[in-house]
Amino acid sequence: MSSKRARGVATPRRLRQFVPIFAALSDETRLSLVTRLIDGFPRSISQLTADSKITRQAMTKHLRVLENAGLVRGETAGRECLFELEPRPLEEIRDYLDQVSKQWDVTLSRLKKLVES
Amino acid sequence: MKLPIEQDRIEKQIELKAPVARVWRALTDHREFGEWFGVNLEGPFVPGQPSLGQMTIPGYEHGKWRVIVQRLEPERLFSFTWHPYAIDQEKDYSNETPTLVEFRLERKGEGTLLTLTESGFSKIPAERRLEAFRMNDRGWARQMEDIASHVEQTS
Repeated sequence: MSSKRARGVATPRRLRQFVPIFAALSDETRLSLVTRLIDGFPRSISQLTADSKITRQAMTKHLRVLENAGLVRGETAGRECLFELEPRPLEEIRDYLDQVSKQWDVTLSRLKKLVES
Repeated sequence: MKLPIEQDRIEKQIELKAPVARVWRALTDHREFGEWFGVNLEGPFVPGQPSLGQMTIPGYEHGKWRVIVQRLEPERLFSFTWHPYAIDQEKDYSNETPTLVEFRLERKGEGTLLTLTESGFSKIPAERRLEAFRMNDRGWARQMEDIASHVEQTS
C-alpha cells in the first residue's frame, strides 16, 4: 500500500502560497498568540492582553496581521470581538512538508537499491 | 487541533550497506545521480553552477530539473539549492525562495550513514520555530514504516 501511495503523482503545493503565512508568523508576539489560540478556544482582546505586557492597541494590530494572513478569525460577540485560530493554513503547511518528506523516502530508497546492488 | 511540533526542515537518515566512496559516487557522478534520482542531467556537478536536466520518473517526465550546486566536499557533503518539486511548467518559480538540500555522509562500520536535510521552507529563524509546523510523531513513525515496506518490496 505504501509504495503505491508514495509513488502517486502528488500535485506540488507551492511554497509561495505560504509566504504570507510565514511572514505573519515571523514575529514573536504573533507566534505566541497562535500558540495560545491553538487549543481552539476563542478569546477576546482583553483576555489576550491580560497577562502580557502588550497594549490593547498593539494586540489589535497583531491580530489584524494574523487575520489578514488567514490564520485567525475574529467574530463579534456582543460588545467584544472574539478571536480564534483558523487551523487550515497550518495544516496545509504540514501536509506540504509531509508530501515533500514522502518524496524523499521514495527517492532515497532508490539510492539505497543502487548502491547496495 | 493537536500540537505537533517542529520546524521548517525535513531530515532523513538512512543506513546504506555500501562504502562511503561508493555512496559518494552515486551522489555526485551526474549519470549515477540521474539513475536513482530519476533525471537525465546535461553535465557534471560544478559548485556554484546550475545543473540542468529533464526528469525521467514516471509521472514527472515533463518536469525540468534545475538546481544550483552549492558544495562538493569529497565523501562528506554534497549540497544544492532548488525549488522543491517545482514541476508545474507553466509557472515561474524563479522568484520563490529556494530550499537547501544537503547530503552528508558518515562512515558507519562497513557501511555509510546518509543524512539528508532539506531546509529553508520558511524564513523563520530557528529560535522562533513554531510547534505547529512540525509533523506529529505519529506521522513520522508511519513514514518510517513506509520506507521499510517500500525497500522490502523493491529489493
